[in-house]
Amino acid sequence: MTETAVELVVNGDRLGLAVPAQELLLDTLRGRLGLTGAKRSCDVQVCGTCTVLVDGEPVSSCTYLTCDADGRDVLTIEGFAESSEFEEFERAFTDRAALQCGFCIPGFVLTLKALRDAGELRSREDVIRGLDGSICRCTGYKSIVEAAEELVGSPAISPAAPRGGGE
Amino acid sequence: MTGGGTTAATEAVERIGRSDRRKDAAEKIRGRAQFSGDVELPRMVHGKVLRSEVPHARIASIDVSAAEAMPGVVRVLVGSELEHFDPYWGHAIKDRPILAIDRVRFAGEPVAAIAAEDEATAEAAMREIIVSYEELPVVGTLADAIADEAPLVHEGELRPGLFHGLGTLPEREGNTCYRYRLDAGSVEVAEAEAALSVEDTYEFPAVYQYAMETHTVVADFRDGELTLWASCQHPFLVRAEIADLFNLPIGRVRVIVPYLGGGFGSKSYTKMEPITAALAWKVGRPVRIQNRVDESMVTTRRHGMRCRMRTTATRDGKLCSRSVRLWLDTGAYADNGPRVCATAGDAAPGPYRWEAVHVDASCVYSNTAPAGSYRAFGAVHLQWIGELQIDELARQAGVDPVEIRRRNLLRPGERVRPDGSGKPLDADLVGDVEKAAAAIDWSEPKPEWTGRGVAVGLLAAGAAPVSHANVRMEVDGTVEVNVGTTEMGQGARTVMAQLAAHELAIDLDRITVQGADTRFTPYDRSTGASRSTTLAGLAVQRAAADLRERLVEVAAESWGASREELGVADGVVTGGGRAASYVDLLVERAGFAGGELVGHGEVRPEGDSGSYAEGPVFWEVCVGAAEVAVDPETGRVAVNKMATIADVGKAINPMLVERQDEGAVVQGVGNALFEEMVYADGYLTNDNLLEYRIPRVEDMPARMGGIIVENADGPGPYGAKGCGEGAQAATPAAIATALADAGVPMSELPFTPERVWRRIQSLKEV
Repeated sequence: MTETAVELVVNGDRLGLAVPAQELLLDTLRGRLGLTGAKRSCDVQVCGTCTVLVDGEPVSSCTYLTCDADGRDVLTIEGFAESSEFEEFERAFTDRAALQCGFCIPGFVLTLKALRDAGELRSREDVIRGLDGSICRCTGYKSIVEAAEELVGSPAISPAAPRGGGE
Repeated sequence: MTGGGTTAATEAVERIGRSDRRKDAAEKIRGRAQFSGDVELPRMVHGKVLRSEVPHARIASIDVSAAEAMPGVVRVLVGSELEHFDPYWGHAIKDRPILAIDRVRFAGEPVAAIAAEDEATAEAAMREIIVSYEELPVVGTLADAIADEAPLVHEGELRPGLFHGLGTLPEREGNTCYRYRLDAGSVEVAEAEAALSVEDTYEFPAVYQYAMETHTVVADFRDGELTLWASCQHPFLVRAEIADLFNLPIGRVRVIVPYLGGGFGSKSYTKMEPITAALAWKVGRPVRIQNRVDESMVTTRRHGMRCRMRTTATRDGKLCSRSVRLWLDTGAYADNGPRVCATAGDAAPGPYRWEAVHVDASCVYSNTAPAGSYRAFGAVHLQWIGELQIDELARQAGVDPVEIRRRNLLRPGERVRPDGSGKPLDADLVGDVEKAAAAIDWSEPKPEWTGRGVAVGLLAAGAAPVSHANVRMEVDGTVEVNVGTTEMGQGARTVMAQLAAHELAIDLDRITVQGADTRFTPYDRSTGASRSTTLAGLAVQRAAADLRERLVEVAAESWGASREELGVADGVVTGGGRAASYVDLLVERAGFAGGELVGHGEVRPEGDSGSYAEGPVFWEVCVGAAEVAVDPETGRVAVNKMATIADVGKAINPMLVERQDEGAVVQGVGNALFEEMVYADGYLTNDNLLEYRIPRVEDMPARMGGIIVENADGPGPYGAKGCGEGAQAATPAAIATALADAGVPMSELPFTPERVWRRIQSLKEV
């Protein structure tokens, strides 16, 4: 199989990989990099459990070619969990047990982060609209919406703030 | 003592009845929680399953030569290679070969398994296998299956599986694989006294559980021992069935269960374990098989059903009789169909006082994917039908729907099964339905095309009451709760930790709870039927109490005190003017900073007639109320308000109880309004999440809330009993009665806009 050279940044680390042209970003993250926070489920961009951020935008990594991530910046839940901004998200979900089996939650968290960074998390209506591409079969959504409402507004800590360590 | 402060016992801290945060929250939110699909083993190969393209056929030939010749392909396995032993499995009925032998009975049936170095190669090899089918007549629907002279899906004798548990199997009659009857009194005599009656035929669709994690198994067969990492709810039952199938001692099969990405019944009993194990055995290397969604949809589903029901009452609304004939479509293999059938039969009368009841329930084979467990099975099938009929009789009698229930519902202590068998009612249903009605503003005025409904039901819960647990304290005071309950999202690990913390009077953060590894974890029958808190929880409570008594014993011996004068508080044994921390006692016992103490607890059938030894362990309450608005122009139904009752005896963690009910409500909304597996001639036509719609955030009821009822009337720890399924049965039922109240009585689920609109048009014509 022909392999393509790809350079991408994953959670702050610059990586050079050789991957088949048809390799999916989800398989690269899970299979090659051991980043299993993104999960496989529907394979058709409906459920959102494979969501990662590419240049800050949420994408379904189950249908996103690794080659298309060439030169881009990929953030997975493992990377986001290292940031100080993450604590606020974690607290919002933990305080009201807005999770059950946990399979979908990283996708929800990253989707909300992207919405908020884009200034599109201003109201309950934004939450409902913004989470339309994320399925949770366990919680019935009520607690997730309440957690998300707590995150409404601009980030408490600016993403531009220095994070220690050179990036 | 640490800290050097006072050693006096402090006030006892309640660690139950408290909404502690989930023990697994950080792992899951950070994406670190391990699921079966995350397990990687050295030399592991990837398995794929070639599935039948046709619903019913004889296999004329299978040619695997091209696939086997592909670089990277390790092995292709077909059914004919497994005939040197008995390759049939099925916990209820042993009707299912590991891989199809000579014949396929549903589109999607596993025909061959491929092991390859990577998934892409396995997929590619799958397309190189050539199967030649000679098609047979297709039993595509329930109507086909029960027709006279219907083609048979199975021939020959029905062989009971290891966990049939439903008495003697009947003689095969046509495609029926199990039949459950319940009779009390004479319906004929009772109907003669009745002035009011309602009778109709109802249809319930097949639906898909959609646990987001698809069925996933890693198998490793070496040195005569098989290890499985499996997304299964019941590791101990899977272990026994796999040991039986492969003729291994139970102790040589080890099942390890990481976190489950949802279960809802779809991972109860054995599913993909036999194929994965067979492939690992033949390949001699570890194998991982992970289903796609379309594969999990044909691995198990909820039973479709047809039901004819007739209910009668006196002119003033006193219920007289109910007769029920129902057929459940269990697909090509029985899976848990017989149990679903019996539970549906039990749920059919509803929790009412009857003069006479007749129930006849059949579980029927067809050429569709096998159907098994899904949250609240049986109850969800019957409650909406029974409750629609109660409301129709209330309407005929001119009695309010809540009032007719008040008059006819069973009271605590009354026998639930009309034939007098089994445990009496252990809940206050009248109080429950009144609370649910009040929560949706029952008596307030409402606009046209808006309706309100209540629904009451019971679900035989708890399965078999056998659970064991160990609670182990290390010398630094940390505690491990060793219990076989599977954490599939319900919060079992948190609840088990709370129970142990309470009994031991220590903080929750000292306690860890791991998933089951059958080699080390004490036996627990299963994780389903709402039994974890009630039964595994009781075992944990007893194990922790046993450990506490052992700590007290150490202090009593050391101090020459009698055990009665000693007590525990905040990690300290106190009494007789002395105090010592658990850690100090453990060190004293070992003579150095080592050793450990283990407490054991177990639950088994206990008590006499009417106790949970007789079954069910408890009656799970299924009570809800809904307010719906229907748009007569489009037929679209909106759920404005939904209230459910979590009648849990004692809520160990109230927040987790609320979360259970919220999840059940939204699954119930899906089942009520749009979820349906659409079959045509034996082919599933919507086997993906674009065409099979799962409820999204916009589908949740505008107002929803669970009401926790704590009457300490359960058999579990501190009077607890299970929850999480009742709300799923109550939700479609309350939506159905509310929709009827709005003027649109329906007899076919789901209540899609088209069906509702057509019903409105047909009512206009009358």
